[in-house]
Amino acid sequence: MRASGASGARSVLIALASTVVFAVVVVLAVSNAPGWPAVKRQFFNREFFVESLEVIPEAFLLNIRIFLIAEVFILVLALVIAIFRSLPGPVFFPLRALAIAYADFFRGVPTILVIYLLGFGAPGLEISGIPRGALFWGVVALVLVYAAYVSEVYRAGIESVHPSQEAAARSLGLSRAQALRFVILPQAVRRVLPPLLNDFIGLQKDTALVALLGPVEAFRQSQIEVSSNFNYTPYLLTALLFVLLTIPLARLTDWLIARERGRRLAAGVAA
Amino acid sequence: MSADGYALRVEGVRKSFGRLEVLKGIDLVLAEHEVVCLIGASGSGKSTLLRCVNLTEPVTAGRIVVEGEEITSPRVDANRIRQNIGIVFQAFNLFPHMTVLENVTLAPRKVLRKSKAEAEAEALKLLARFGLADKAGEYPDRLSGGQQQRAAIVRALAMRPRLMLLDEVTSALDPELVGEVLGVIRELAESGMTMLIATHEMSFAREIANRVCFLDAGVILEEGPPEEIFRAPANPRTQEFLHRIIAAGRL
Repeated sequence: MRASGASGARSVLIALASTVVFAVVVVLAVSNAPGWPAVKRQFFNREFFVESLEVIPEAFLLNIRIFLIAEVFILVLALVIAIFRSLPGPVFFPLRALAIAYADFFRGVPTILVIYLLGFGAPGLEISGIPRGALFWGVVALVLVYAAYVSEVYRAGIESVHPSQEAAARSLGLSRAQALRFVILPQAVRRVLPPLLNDFIGLQKDTALVALLGPVEAFRQSQIEVSSNFNYTPYLLTALLFVLLTIPLARLTDWLIARERGRRLAAGVAA
Repeated sequence: MSADGYALRVEGVRKSFGRLEVLKGIDLVLAEHEVVCLIGASGSGKSTLLRCVNLTEPVTAGRIVVEGEEITSPRVDANRIRQNIGIVFQAFNLFPHMTVLENVTLAPRKVLRKSKAEAEAEALKLLARFGLADKAGEYPDRLSGGQQQRAAIVRALAMRPRLMLLDEVTSALDPELVGEVLGVIRELAESGMTMLIATHEMSFAREIANRVCFLDAGVILEEGPPEEIFRAPANPRTQEFLHRIIAAGRL
């Protein structure tokens, strides 16, 4: 809803005033705390902040790479699992059971455990032809875990499309696969875009878990900085970088939700 | 012209959903270019019969033969059969994420493998014929109910079906929009399209049908030319049904 004219200006002023008051109260409360000088020295040190700017953003590029590569595989794998799960008939029971077991398992086991098990276990198999790098297995672990979540998101979308849509598609002579591809999935994905992006945001943050296997991404780099200077400011910088990456995606999600709601309302008025 | 001269033969078709038997032995034939209307109360099996003919529902027993080919045989390719049988639903079932033109060209392009240009040229011709030329680029939810239903009819016609099944296509429409859709069906009948129509529009059935079948509890109780069925129904159940319709002001 958009307020207009004088009432709009007035609500902006009220919002501004209450934000300023809130900020002042928080700043006063924190800076008057007894331990604030020590915390300020340890966490908000300008010198160390500038120093870590030289190494941490570069390491953060690895987080972005992990995120982008994993996301592509997650979207594909999750779709395959969701489709397996929605196959009808007794013939496809094994595939359905497999999809259910997969989603149950990888949503149940903590991500950090999957990363440890794969990162330290899989290379130990010494199977020729499969990579043994920690980074590779870290990404595989993220893909496996997040594909389980995303497959459920896809499934919710597929099930939200009314069966009459498939009936209409099949009645025109389209095969089941064609109906899925051209009629059901486009509608399903549109509806679940906001929760899909929400899972992306979770993935962005969990790229830091790959550090447990050794690769030096932003979190690992900040640990190195922290332990060599005995100052925690690098953590703050790392946190800032993650937030900066998340904000655009979060706003995009909000915008998509608002647009979807607007469309539904418009459709409701028209009907 | 098919081998047996009939566009559609339904022989002893039964259909059960669990323990509920909805169709209890239907026999029905349609000659080519014939228009047959199915009338009867809701739940009498009209829609189920149409869905069986379209292979949307497998029959429990009996045979359905379209142009000499038994389509209820387990060996037939259901996708191929459906290409030749158009069905239009009460709720339109247009694809909401596609424009009208995309709705109409989807099956010709993906099933018949026509080029985009060819499919669109044919679709635009059909849309123009049914007064929808200026709606080709619109999304379905921007159209009135009557326009949506006409678009759904065009979508089915784009596959050049040999037989059209219409399942209460005006039941979801506001009264003032019914006329435009009936006009389209009238034009189809005049152009010689073989049609099996389930309808509650009795005056329309009387006007357009070569034959009317009265369905009651899963059987065809009475069938004949419309003037016979509507003027002098022989079966007491048909008489009762028509009395109720007349009382409701629909005839």
